Amino acid sequence: MYKAIITVRLKPSVLDPQGSAVKGSLHSLGYSAVQDVRVGKTMEVWLEATDSQEAEAQVDAMCRKLLANPVIEDYEFHLEKGA
Amino acid sequence: MRFAVPVFPGSNCDEDCAKAVREILDRPVDLVWHKDGNLDAYDAIILPGGFSYGDYLRTGALARFSPVMEAVAKAADKGKLVLGICNGFQVLLESGLLPGAMRVNDHLKFRCSIQTLRVENNQSPFTGLYQAGEEIQLPIAHGEGNYYCDQETLDKLEVQGQIIFRYSGQNPNGSVAGIAGIVNRRGNVLGLMPHPERAIYDWMGSSDGARMFQSMLRYWEGMHGAA
Repeated sequence: MYKAIITVRLKPSVLDPQGSAVKGSLHSLGYSAVQDVRVGKTMEVWLEATDSQEAEAQVDAMCRKLLANPVIEDYEFHLEKGA
Repeated sequence: MRFAVPVFPGSNCDEDCAKAVREILDRPVDLVWHKDGNLDAYDAIILPGGFSYGDYLRTGALARFSPVMEAVAKAADKGKLVLGICNGFQVLLESGLLPGAMRVNDHLKFRCSIQTLRVENNQSPFTGLYQAGEEIQLPIAHGEGNYYCDQETLDKLEVQGQIIFRYSGQNPNGSVAGIAGIVNRRGNVLGLMPHPERAIYDWMGSSDGARMFQSMLRYWEGMHGAA
């Protein structure tokens, strides 16, 4: 069993209105040092695979097909074994 | 001309779309549950607004994998008319039948209002009964209508006349180039955020949406005869 921890974010070139709003709130809380905020998603996927290469290939395909929208989002992930 | 309105869990404008077809066009229309993978009997598909699959993951992202979407892709490929309204537009983007993607509105608010649109292209099957450059009034109701595509795609949309509607005056969601609705290259698939089915009688605030349905009928029966 493997656990994939996947992070999906808007591409740097895509404006993130949620991040901008959160930044504004942090500023109003007094955190004036905050320069920028980007909001993304974390997903955890548990899957069976014979080895880490197979797991990696599967998770990569899942990200491309469904979990991220390549038009506006980037993704990255890492695997934990036996999780 | 027969119409189908696919219904996903969370669709909520399906009845309105069917009613618009019945009352404005007096043509047969069926609601088709999303598990049904066959739309061969229909000439036009209307993907309705709503919140398919609760907008989970991304708007339209999960509906895209419903069996009915394979049938919608097949219908589009055959040259049948496909109209995606609001969530239907989001589903068309996620499924790759139209280019680009949808982001949350730049002001983060759900916006519900009557909006003025400019008809940028009246040569499409969906806009033949509008004047080029005409300003029309249609309601919007969405939190994620902030259309995005990269510059290269935008240039193509402009040059190829694929931008069908733009917001006139204030842009209600931050969409690139004020885009409210686009067609595919072939012109038989239209996605738009505003709701033509909610503007078919004057008492609704506007009847400008009626001509979109009438344009589809005129185009189709002009090509295939009345049936």
